[in-house]
Amino acid sequence: MSPPTIRSPQGNTANQTQGPQYAKVFVQRDYSDGTAVKFMTNFPQGLENKIEKSVFEYTINQLNTYFAEAEKASCKTYCEGCFACFTVYTMFFCADTHYEKCLRKVGKFIVEQNEMVYLPRGLLLTNPAERGLRIIEITLLDQPIVART
Amino acid sequence: MARVTRNWEIFPGRNRFCCDGRLMMAPHAAVFYINVILIIGTSVLFFVFDCPYLSYRVTPVIPIISGVLFLFVIGSLFKTSFTDPGIIPRATADEAAYIEKQVYISIPNNGGAPTTRPPPRTKEVVIKGHSIKLKYCVTCKIFRPPRASHCSLCNNCVENFDHHCPWVGNCVGRRNYRFFYMFIVCLSLLIIIVFIGAVLHLFYLSENRLMVDAISESPTSVIVVIITFFSCWSVIGLAGFHTFLAASNQTTNEDIKGSFASRTGRPNSNPYSQGNICANYCYVLCSPRPPSLLDRRGVVLSLNESKTMNKSQSRDTVISNKGFEPPELPVNQNIKPNTDDIQLHQYGSSSMLQPCSLDRNQHTFTTSMPSIHHSQNNHVHQNHIINGVKFNKSVTSLTNTFNDNGIYETIEPGRLDPDLDLDDGSKTMTGAPPLSASRLQLLQDTTMIESALDLDSLEDTSSVGTGSQVKLVKNKNTL
Repeated sequence: MSPPTIRSPQGNTANQTQGPQYAKVFVQRDYSDGTAVKFMTNFPQGLENKIEKSVFEYTINQLNTYFAEAEKASCKTYCEGCFACFTVYTMFFCADTHYEKCLRKVGKFIVEQNEMVYLPRGLLLTNPAERGLRIIEITLLDQPIVART
Repeated sequence: MARVTRNWEIFPGRNRFCCDGRLMMAPHAAVFYINVILIIGTSVLFFVFDCPYLSYRVTPVIPIISGVLFLFVIGSLFKTSFTDPGIIPRATADEAAYIEKQVYISIPNNGGAPTTRPPPRTKEVVIKGHSIKLKYCVTCKIFRPPRASHCSLCNNCVENFDHHCPWVGNCVGRRNYRFFYMFIVCLSLLIIIVFIGAVLHLFYLSENRLMVDAISESPTSVIVVIITFFSCWSVIGLAGFHTFLAASNQTTNEDIKGSFASRTGRPNSNPYSQGNICANYCYVLCSPRPPSLLDRRGVVLSLNESKTMNKSQSRDTVISNKGFEPPELPVNQNIKPNTDDIQLHQYGSSSMLQPCSLDRNQHTFTTSMPSIHHSQNNHVHQNHIINGVKFNKSVTSLTNTFNDNGIYETIEPGRLDPDLDLDDGSKTMTGAPPLSASRLQLLQDTTMIESALDLDSLEDTSSVGTGSQVKLVKNKNTL
């Protein structure tokens, strides 16, 4: 994957670099079930010959499961919401919400997957929470982009 | 204590932050202050002048209920105002580039070539059988997720954007809608009870007397009655309206646009609805609330740290928060860098050598002086290796060039005096390409660095030699 050279609206070339830059693959959000966080399980082209399809799909499905759990409105989350309301939201000073707990699980899973699966293959997953839950960013560590002069 | 730069300091939107990034608000909060003064002022008048009489003469229930409601109103108001409404962080440079590429690929005529006229930027997704158009946000460089909208006042895309409410001084979005709803519901109850209380007070005072006498005895009650009477209509109306919206799982934005209104001959329904009124209501007010995606208090990592952390996101990490020297980089023995207090902002790709002040700077750069971001060193390396000039360690240290005003001076690499003996014990320096100009521009815009600087005091830095631009390197902390 070569970086595109399209000029962004500010007129900066998109491939202005600093530090070693690597090619990246982005997994987009899947909105078919509404606004809940869910990612596309389509195997991206950029990952061909890098990782087995089944391994990649396992990761994305697992992430989707975690996010589905985070977004699910259950009795527990209703109680949490009502209790927070009665305490005029002071509860949030001392307790983590259901969603935060789930995101911590996601973070742990990403680290684990990176260590076990992705880094040995020269790939790196970025926690979607660091990208606004919009995308999963997979960096191809063996494909540095050479800055053009 | 090390001075660290946190993410909120380089936040690209127009929001204001307090308490080191813990709280955030929209800009121009004058109306919010009026609102707070109005609520607290009216309530205080009521509690001080009406409540003692009411609890003595009528019932202590009214003061108790209004007191509790008052606490809820203030609590939820502040929670609404100071909470991140669900701002969607802007795309990183890589992601933006990727989206641009996708957009151009999707246009067959263009063949991927950039044109002067940008292509129509929408993307269609199907949500539960409804086709929804996602618009591209030029500012945030993302396709806005469904239900998100860009707030022009705060300059951010907000998830489940409801509206920008000047009265609470913030956008109302996914993360603070429930607080906002709680606020208006409690406020309408409070207004009703305060109005009834004040009217009762006047009513009992005017028993067997003229109304004029009652008013002269308790003029504050009249003020309270007037304020609550005029405000109650809009507040109660708003509470009712939002109850309707919550029950149908819509946002104000969608309601105004009529997104789900059935058009002629084509029935339309809300794809986000949970099915029935109760489920919608519970879902809107009690569904799991995602944490803020901004990581406002996160420390801005320096380039090297981010590399060691293997995040490959050096483009986003502009500022060195903890000064450090890359291991390969020789540290000048004369200098004990104070690694704490400096962030540097450099504009463009010039290096920071000032050959004429080589000697002076060796002396002036003392322990009290801050250290230098290593990227500048790298920077020097880049430019000068290109120019065929080698450096030794002392030259490296000279990148730390301050003039007396505490402003970094920069100079064209080509101006480097060739007579200088630079080869003594030269070592390899790590190379890192220059900081992204766009990120720096953004930094400049968001942190108002220029206002802290006296630009006139800079020496003439017009470009000489190779013709590349000489840019100013500024020290954010006016030393």
